[in-house]
Amino acid sequence: MTARDISLTVNGEIRRANVMPRMTLVDLLRDVLGLTGTHIGCEHGVCGACSILLDGVPVRSCLIFAVQADGHEVTTVEGLADGDGEIGDLQDAFWECHAMQCGYCTPGMLIAGHALLAENPAPDTGEIREAISGNLCRCTGYTQIVEAIALCAARRREGEG
Amino acid sequence: MKAAEFDYIRADSVAAACAALAAAGPGEERKIIAGGQTLVPLMAMRLARPALLVDIDGIPGLDGIEARDSYVAIGAMTRQRAAELSPAVRDAVPLLARALRFVGHVQTRNRGTVGGSLVHGDPSAEIPLAAVALDAELEAEATGGKRTYAAASFFEGPMVTAIAPDECLVEARFPVWNGGRIGAGFQEVASRRGDFAIVAAAAQVALDGGGTCTRIAAALGGVAPGPVRIAALEDALAGTRLEDGAIDAALASVGGAIEPDDDLHATAAYRGRVAEVLLGRAIREARDEARA
Ligand code: FES
Ligand code: FES
Repeated sequence: MTARDISLTVNGEIRRANVMPRMTLVDLLRDVLGLTGTHIGCEHGVCGACSILLDGVPVRSCLIFAVQADGHEVTTVEGLADGDGEIGDLQDAFWECHAMQCGYCTPGMLIAGHALLAENPAPDTGEIREAISGNLCRCTGYTQIVEAIALCAARRREGEG
Repeated sequence: MKAAEFDYIRADSVAAACAALAAAGPGEERKIIAGGQTLVPLMAMRLARPALLVDIDGIPGLDGIEARDSYVAIGAMTRQRAAELSPAVRDAVPLLARALRFVGHVQTRNRGTVGGSLVHGDPSAEIPLAAVALDAELEAEATGGKRTYAAASFFEGPMVTAIAPDECLVEARFPVWNGGRIGAGFQEVASRRGDFAIVAAAAQVALDGGGTCTRIAAALGGVAPGPVRIAALEDALAGTRLEDGAIDAALASVGGAIEPDDDLHATAAYRGRVAEVLLGRAIREARDEARA
């Protein structure tokens, strides 16, 4: 089994690594690149904790081998923060609505919410629930997560209006 | 759970992918990886341990959707999400468009491919069900040449399809129904939205100007080793106006066409009962769409 050199853009920076084919993208992000914001739950595509954006769309990083991401562009939850290191408006809405308890699902929920708002600035409750339907939360009962995404959407619309 | 070790190559053409598959040593399993949304979980659980993965992502021309005269051709590497959002699929193959919304979650549809779902042949998967309902044709390529499979005989059993170990699926062709008003219905029961269906039902109908059904396709998933057409029901309903009474009467033929099993999620009896109810709903949904 041969390791391979790969190069990908992560949160705007070019990162290189030498990986075995069996290494998943989430393991590369966490263990090699030190980006531990992305969480690992089930490791087989069921829980959504490992959600990231690949070439701008949400995917599960436990269902992608790092070698497959060679040449592609990744955004992790770390990339959602504003440039100055302050949390972004969606993260702020999660904080305000108490949309997390243990925080395990939170990075995946933020990625799912971010991707939804990028394509639909005014989602209704059903659309928000659909967008996070692939992300398990064992703590909150989901209600505050839905409220937080709706709050962020409303604020962005006000900000523009 | 992590996949066992394997080697990996990126193929830059279908011919190169087929050559890599054909070079497998005795007893050595080589597999194509497209989106990986079925294969990677199988590898993580060590239900699959290929020695080599041949990545076909990035082969020029292997993704894309093209409406031709009598069918819509979908490249094997086309992401499920792209097919779901495609106007050509929505307008010309409405049943497939409906089925795609039930495939996993948006995060897996962004990555998972139409071809990958077809070649794996999960007994409860939605794309194989739509393919059987609509008599899709599946074109595969190997070093020796091309072969076209009929969806009706492609799904041989749970996770077993007719594709040979040295073949690469290149295209799925979904027939376009011309003439009349077309409607589609898709219904399923799963433990959680986006999970594998316990039972899924698919129907597409064509109505003439007077509301008479000129053509109907009806199929069920999750109630047999592969998707099943309910031919007796189709025969009974073609030529009717698809009134509720006629649909209910025709549903009596479902029981004889399926062979549901018990498993952790549901009993065979439950699956049989739900299959009838869901197929009834799918036909009504298709009819109402065609009438509207
Ligand atoms: S860790 Fe990837 S979906 Fe659960
Ligand atoms: S906050 Fe604990 S899993 Fe969601």
